[in-house]
Amino acid sequence: MKLTRGERIFEAANAALLTLVSLTMLYPLLYVLGLSLSAQDEVAAPRLLLMPLHPTLSSYAKIFAHPQLFDAYLMTIERTVLGLAAVLLLTSLTAYPLSRKTFPDRSFIMKLFVFSMLFNGGIIPTYLLIKNLGMLDTIWALVLPGAVTAFNLVVIRNFFESIPGEIMESARMDGAGEWRIFFRIVLPLSRPVLAVIALWTGVSHWNAWFDAMIYMQDTKHQVLQLFLRRTVIEASLSLTPGEEMNMARVTYTPETLKAATVMVVSAPILLIYPFVQRFFVKGILLGSVKG
Amino acid sequence: MARGDAELSGGHGYMQRQSAIRLRWRAYATHKQLVFMFLPGFLVFVLFSYVPLYGILIAFKHYQLLDGVWRSPWAGLEHFRRLFAGHAFNQALRNTTIIAVLKTLLTFPAPVILALLLNEIRFVRFRRMVQTVTYLPHFFSWVILAGILFSFLGSDGGFNKLLGLFGVEARVWLIEPAYFYAIVVITHIWQTIGWGSIVYFAALASVDPTLYEAAIADGASRWRRVWHISLPSIMPTVIIMFLLSIGHFLSVGFDQIYNLMTPPTSSVGEILDTYVLRRLLTMDYELGMASSLFNSGIGLVLVVIANRLVKLFDKEQGLW
Repeated sequence: MKLTRGERIFEAANAALLTLVSLTMLYPLLYVLGLSLSAQDEVAAPRLLLMPLHPTLSSYAKIFAHPQLFDAYLMTIERTVLGLAAVLLLTSLTAYPLSRKTFPDRSFIMKLFVFSMLFNGGIIPTYLLIKNLGMLDTIWALVLPGAVTAFNLVVIRNFFESIPGEIMESARMDGAGEWRIFFRIVLPLSRPVLAVIALWTGVSHWNAWFDAMIYMQDTKHQVLQLFLRRTVIEASLSLTPGEEMNMARVTYTPETLKAATVMVVSAPILLIYPFVQRFFVKGILLGSVKG
Repeated sequence: MARGDAELSGGHGYMQRQSAIRLRWRAYATHKQLVFMFLPGFLVFVLFSYVPLYGILIAFKHYQLLDGVWRSPWAGLEHFRRLFAGHAFNQALRNTTIIAVLKTLLTFPAPVILALLLNEIRFVRFRRMVQTVTYLPHFFSWVILAGILFSFLGSDGGFNKLLGLFGVEARVWLIEPAYFYAIVVITHIWQTIGWGSIVYFAALASVDPTLYEAAIADGASRWRRVWHISLPSIMPTVIIMFLLSIGHFLSVGFDQIYNLMTPPTSSVGEILDTYVLRRLLTMDYELGMASSLFNSGIGLVLVVIANRLVKLFDKEQGLW
């Protein structure tokens, strides 16, 4: 196709603009990467705009030697694995009966789920509930509250409903019970939707920090995101408003070390990102939430 | 149906109701296996989504920890009166509204524009690259993004060094109230522009290509094609997304604000959500619950309105 002069200018300007937008969006991240590889005395140098002249891994060596980092990594892995298992198992088990037209009261139950998306008690009663259940400082406080949510349930149930009924009917004729049909037929056929839900849930557990901040008081149970928050953000401010004065926590952290912490916490996301991006895009178009 | 029958038949009502219950019971009994599958997840859901609703009563009680919610004495609307008279709450309400308006006006159009521009790129590989880069911030938590920003916008940070090339004086940007809203809006665009564009980009992919061919035959320029074909074609999607966004107008992004806020910026940064959190941390449950209920009550009304408007616009759409 031959382009007119006007079109060529349009295309060049458009490409230039999008390149500029992309670079602007990427630059803060690249800057932090460069910072994490710098020696502390190079930070103040006005030259350091991207990569240091003499890259060093010394900040990474320091951060990996930090005893809390290891605990925090373990805690985050633990909550992500348990959280994933809970979401996938409980939500799909609950969604399956609701996908069956003969299940009693199913439209009323679906309304209960949809309403929970519109209105909830907020953090104060939820905190008091978790406290009364004796779940403070246990992994269950991070795993159970999000195990069955309306959004995931509706997406999974809609997928189950789209499975042709004849497949299950013929299995029933062969004498298969509901559990068998569920595990042998429904779940294997639902792999695409379960993969999307698993990725969503995995990333959100990896990134979660608020629940851990209010439910886990012991620093041994600190998740990775909070470790980052404490070493980077709170150290930058000395204090966050409303939180108690705790001078022991306000220690001086060099900029390079903060940058290395950011990289260490986001590394797993960066590593899986190129592979999962496609799934997420598919997921967003699949997730039309209707009761 | 069964209940309606029972009410209609007057004198036999009791018997009918009994048999309706028995019918319902039998319906569950015949699905025993399904009921067992359903219950564990459903109970977890009810426990964490419905049991806390009971705690809303705290907003109307003089809550005594030892007595529990129910046995604590009633307070009527006293906490709400205190709430609306309080400076901190009114400040939070004002800040929330300002941020909500700014985000609606400035963040909302950004992904639409990005999708339109991306759609004009003919080199698929370049387009994919731009998409990969712009989606990325969506995958990071606000703790990570704020960590990056505190480094980047700090006194020795990259932003100051860039500005230094043009002779602009270095500042610690995040501790100055005057820049707080600008940073909030720009970084919000940073996080959401790529991800938000997916919906519009998908809508653009379904535009009938003959429309463009006809326009080319008529000698329409590229710009006119974007303006007169692409934009009107995705307008229904844009309108629906806009109406839906009214539903969470007051949720201005707790994660973002909380992680970007510093003591010097708290006067412009405190929002309703952070106000509730502070009440929780200081164990001032009654005031926090009153604020939280005010917030979710308005939220509910807005969602219902948004859903109505969406349905008026397109009967097929809407949340329920």
